[in-house]
Amino acid sequence: MDHFRDPHNMGSIKDPDGVGEVGNPSCGDIMKLYIKVGKNEAGKEKISDISFETMGCAAAIATSSMITDMALGKTLAEAIEITNQNIAEKLDGLPPTKMHCSNLAADALKKAIADYKSKNK
Amino acid sequence: MSRQDAPPIYLDHAATTPVDPEVFATMKPYFTEHYGNPASIHTVGQKAIIAVDEAREQVADFLGCKTGEIIFTSGATESNNFVLKGVLAAAKIQKPHIITSTIEHPCILDTCQHLEKRGVEVTYLPVDKEGVLNTKSVQEAIKENTVLVTIIYANNEIGTIQPIAEIGEIIKKANQERKNKIIFHTDAVQAIQYLDCNVKKLGVDLLSLSGHKFYGPKGVGVLFVKEGTLIEKIQHGGHQEYNKRAGTLNVPGIVGLGKATELTSKNRVADSKKQQKLRDLLINSILKNIPDSHLNGSNKHRLPNNANIRFDKIEGESIMLHLDFEGIAVSTGSACTSGTLEPSHVLLAIGVAKEQAHGSIRFTLGKDTSEADIKKVLEVLPPIVKKLRQMSPLK
Repeated sequence: MDHFRDPHNMGSIKDPDGVGEVGNPSCGDIMKLYIKVGKNEAGKEKISDISFETMGCAAAIATSSMITDMALGKTLAEAIEITNQNIAEKLDGLPPTKMHCSNLAADALKKAIADYKSKNK
Repeated sequence: MSRQDAPPIYLDHAATTPVDPEVFATMKPYFTEHYGNPASIHTVGQKAIIAVDEAREQVADFLGCKTGEIIFTSGATESNNFVLKGVLAAAKIQKPHIITSTIEHPCILDTCQHLEKRGVEVTYLPVDKEGVLNTKSVQEAIKENTVLVTIIYANNEIGTIQPIAEIGEIIKKANQERKNKIIFHTDAVQAIQYLDCNVKKLGVDLLSLSGHKFYGPKGVGVLFVKEGTLIEKIQHGGHQEYNKRAGTLNVPGIVGLGKATELTSKNRVADSKKQQKLRDLLINSILKNIPDSHLNGSNKHRLPNNANIRFDKIEGESIMLHLDFEGIAVSTGSACTSGTLEPSHVLLAIGVAKEQAHGSIRFTLGKDTSEADIKKVLEVLPPIVKKLRQMSPLK
């Protein structure tokens, strides 16, 4: 619930390296993730900054906030492995009707990473 | 979930109402003291039947009908199922036809869809932007095989009031030249507290009510069945309720519902006036102070306690939950709560776009709502909307 009331990493990033948008307004949920990509000590690409903008129900907002916390600092290879199940577990579970919201978050992150990769081939 | 210690500000009276203390006091003895079965002939049973008879008189007085025309049920969902299934079971024609509207309660719409699968023909009449049915469209929809017209008196989401008496006139005229008479039903669940429910004035053959929407208990309702109306029972068993609805009567519930109708007819005018004033304050202040907010439904043909407002570019459930954190209970017709992604069928029926329908909040006031309650909403709502809009990718 804290991730809904006071979500982390809210807003957009100026000049993001990757953006992933999923959902559509007519079904009531739309989520946009922004990422900045840097390098870690081992020289691997990692998520150095991340933020979200979401219009949606409480679960959509909470999962958005949670995935930004989970992905920050992870390598792209690690971040892409985050599943909707992981996010739901971190939030201590979501009701079955809300699982699609956590799908949105995982999909948005994958899209943002894909967007970054397509720009940096 | 942390909440403030103050009692909640309850603005969801269309969902349910608290039992009035006077109603509760009337019900109490019928749990442990006068627990008899009203179908029993002995003295213990007779205490119960006397109480049921009295409640039946209270309801009959309220609706302006005979006591023999009141059937107690478990609530409006049962009453409405009874209407649709019972009228069809009694109809003696090949492919019966029902006329209803696109903004009925799900217990009508869902039952109609169920019946359609069994070969019944259903016409869902559209409503205009305010949610009002064109009476002419009812006239035009009547066919040779029409057996039933069922129209909600006042809508549960947007509070729009339908011209039931006018429709009653149309059906009465149509019936003069017909062999198979059309039966007219209205779901008056939301209307009961605020509108005239005299069945003769409305010209209805059937009318549904639910106890818990007007400070009575849950689990009890009424179906008014005009004498001579062709309807078959759908619940079989004993001979209760003039052999129309089997099952031991919910005595405390019925006693409570009876008392609630009595209180409602006493307080209706004053309560309506008071709530409408506060409701107007709420609507006008929100529309004035929160940009891109709009009233759903009609200004004029509206229940005095209903405000349904949509906020562009944000989602209703989030607004509802933030209000809940502030101790304010409202409701949303939003899809997320019902487990589907479809927004409210009522808002879509009045032409609200899907993306806008998701951002709607329903406030329904009650007899104990105070000006301080409304002021509190007006204080906490704007920052909530602002915050959610900042978070929204739609700018």
